[in-house]
Amino acid sequence: MAITAKPRVRVPAEAKAGEIIEIKTLISHEMESGQRKDSAGKTVPRNIINRFEASFDGDLVFAADWFPSISANPYQSFGYKAVKSGEFVFTWKDDAGEVQTAKAKLTVA
Amino acid sequence: MTSQGLAPTRRQALRFTALAAFAAVLAPRMAVATEEAVATELEKLYAGKSMAEGRIKLDMPEIAENGLVVPINISVESPMTEADYVKSVHVFADGNPLPQVVSYHFTPACGEAAASTRMRLAQTQNVIAVAEMSDGSLFTTKAQVKVTIGGCGG
Repeated sequence: MAITAKPRVRVPAEAKAGEIIEIKTLISHEMESGQRKDSAGKTVPRNIINRFEASFDGDLVFAADWFPSISANPYQSFGYKAVKSGEFVFTWKDDAGEVQTAKAKLTVA
Repeated sequence: MTSQGLAPTRRQALRFTALAAFAAVLAPRMAVATEEAVATELEKLYAGKSMAEGRIKLDMPEIAENGLVVPINISVESPMTEADYVKSVHVFADGNPLPQVVSYHFTPACGEAAASTRMRLAQTQNVIAVAEMSDGSLFTTKAQVKVTIGGCGG
């Protein structure tokens, strides 16, 4: 199943060199834990986004391995120290190996 | 599921009560099983290496009104330079069906070792976080979160 949901990311458009900015991300996803039973009593199989990565100009900056304890519509924020202008690429990968991405530019004064 | 009259509602209510009673009996055993599971995960990661207290902060509410969405903020004191930075933080819950919650991988480029997300808590339990520094040293902390409405099952 492809990750069809469009993620939302909040990256400040500009930052001063050396400033630590907070990056916020959100993606719509059920994060089916594999613990729930449907109305017929059958266990609904696990289907979660299990990996989130943030890269800047091709270098991995931050990554998170998510497990079924992470809430639906997973939110993730983290810090980044602005050095030079460039572009972030964020990726979300689910249990089936499907990927969703988002990009954001950062201008550093 | 039809919505004819009260019969389905009463049946649902009875089933809910029975499930709640069953879960109440099961819950303590579930917690113990996951406490052991957390210990197993820590053993797998750190093979009995000692962990110090301090430097890592786990910021969670004392009482979670909704176990489905509980904010969890992690921060670790560190200069985050190439010579001295936080490599990873592993988070566990000792009362959820599965022990692992999230693993963070930081780099010096982060500038600070801090991350926030939201997690599910099935019942009142401890959340445990372990930070591994670039020099291999370990720091740990935990927080007990009381849960009024659990957020892991159907």
